[in-house]
Amino acid sequence: MMAENVIETNKSNEIDVDKIKARNVQTFAQKFKQYKNHPTSLILYLLVWVAAIATMATVVFLIGYILVMGIPYINADIFSLKYTSDNCSLVPALVNTILMTLLSLIIAVPLGIFSAIYLVEYAKRGNKLVSVVRTAAETLQGIPSIVYGLFGMLFFVEALHWGYSLLAGSFTVAIMILPLIMRTTEEALLSVPDSYREGSFGLGAGKLRTVFKIVLPSAVPGILAGVILAIGRVVGETAALIYTAGAVADYPKDLMSSTRTLAVHMYNLSNEGLHTNQAYATAVVLLVLVLLINWLSSVVAKKITKK
Amino acid sequence: MVKYKEQIMKVVFFIAALVSIAAVALICIFLFANGVPAMAKIGIFNFIGGSTWAPSNEPAEYGIFPMILGSIYVTAGALVVGVPIGLLTAVYLAKFCPKHIYKVLKPAVELLAGIPSVVYGFFGLVVLVPFIRDNIGGNGTGSILTASILLGIMILPTIITVSESAIRAVPDSYYEGSLGLGATHERTVFRVILPAAKSGILAGIVLGIGRAIGETMAVILVAGNQAIIPNSVLSGVRTLTTNIVMEMGYASGLHREALIATGVVLFVLILLINALLSVVKRRSE
Repeated sequence: MMAENVIETNKSNEIDVDKIKARNVQTFAQKFKQYKNHPTSLILYLLVWVAAIATMATVVFLIGYILVMGIPYINADIFSLKYTSDNCSLVPALVNTILMTLLSLIIAVPLGIFSAIYLVEYAKRGNKLVSVVRTAAETLQGIPSIVYGLFGMLFFVEALHWGYSLLAGSFTVAIMILPLIMRTTEEALLSVPDSYREGSFGLGAGKLRTVFKIVLPSAVPGILAGVILAIGRVVGETAALIYTAGAVADYPKDLMSSTRTLAVHMYNLSNEGLHTNQAYATAVVLLVLVLLINWLSSVVAKKITKK
Repeated sequence: MVKYKEQIMKVVFFIAALVSIAAVALICIFLFANGVPAMAKIGIFNFIGGSTWAPSNEPAEYGIFPMILGSIYVTAGALVVGVPIGLLTAVYLAKFCPKHIYKVLKPAVELLAGIPSVVYGFFGLVVLVPFIRDNIGGNGTGSILTASILLGIMILPTIITVSESAIRAVPDSYYEGSLGLGATHERTVFRVILPAAKSGILAGIVLGIGRAIGETMAVILVAGNQAIIPNSVLSGVRTLTTNIVMEMGYASGLHREALIATGVVLFVLILLINALLSVVKRRSE
């Protein structure tokens, strides 16, 4: 049926060879005979299946275990507005996480988008600076978060005298997510067809107007997917924040107050080992939050490819 | 007026582009400026080659050789666990998987990539550590084995994703040619496709090494963290990353500088791995 349809709708009466797929359907008996003659193939076949099942089982067990063990401990105590060492409330940490995320986005998103605009729209072909910036971004992407944490402590906390603070933490993670936002924006800008730009120039718009009114709006979904992915990284970050934002489990008074985000809160709970139940519940909240954010990012990203 | 604005914004974009270069430069300067003097004071060989880490002793000893070994051991262990499973899963996804299973397995791998490392660590702490203690042995506060298994799981998504796209990038004609010569599907995949995808797979493995060596929060919860040279896979181990987090909170003076110097060693290791990665990537292109 399918094949007939394809041919009928093809008006030029030519069969598109690329669309025809060979289907070597083997019966079970044929397969069995083949594997009997080639035992190594059978072993490899089984190994591949075992590995795939192991991967799947790991994912299901890991996420399932945390959910099953943690959900019973999610109660009103965990969500009380004030943190005490008894209830281990995660609400202040949650608020801190949101503030930290917003602040780091305010710093990193304009920087990332602007530098991508420079690389894609302004830099001339063969510009040496472009490759240097790319290498720098790649280097930043490979640096582990504990090194960012050390740097943030030495630079923002000490050299700039900000102390353990919301501000120092958000600047540290902002540098961490900068390359991610830069690269996704760059890809999004590159995927905007040149005809858009030419059309805009043809109508008499300047370069800047073209970039802001034509190119950027068409690249928004791609940029958004990158930004959401960056949010996921900030929410899940621990090592870069312990020695930059500190671990005070209270609402911040201002940008200079020390705060703990949800992930740091989670680390402290599991490290102390005193509040295992609350740690389970916090793990559920953190896990669900980050997975939701990542899922949102992939939904947005898929929207672009469909277009 | 418009011209004026164009010029200003061009400069703004240019400066934004310079920020990532400035960030790399600042990170290098601050780490090296704060870490290298300590290395000089302790003596570079005593620091990197010394096998005793005892900051509270009189005189204090700052040898990070146990931590370097620890990082290498858990990374190697992670590769032993993660590479075979990851590579075979990638092969499955690219060459064996029916469509309806692909729709489930691929998002599952992506889920694994999104889990925060502290949640991995917590899982290791409440599941892996007790399991190994009860069934295999050890002192029950974590070991090379638990850290290796957990890191192996953590690098799975990296290895799977990169290897899968490397395998898919091999032209179909290779596959068809091999089948036409009478090889089975499995033989074709393992003897023709995989060798052709070698450098891409290697890039994935190097990326995994980078992730395993830099991982901190998951390892600290499952590795036991004893600053001694481990004598079996069941002994506790401390890595370069965890050494920093464990002691930075209360360290001062030379001790603190030695911790920053530990970060410098880690940073240099990562830079080397990055360089290796770009060489491998260039070869695969």
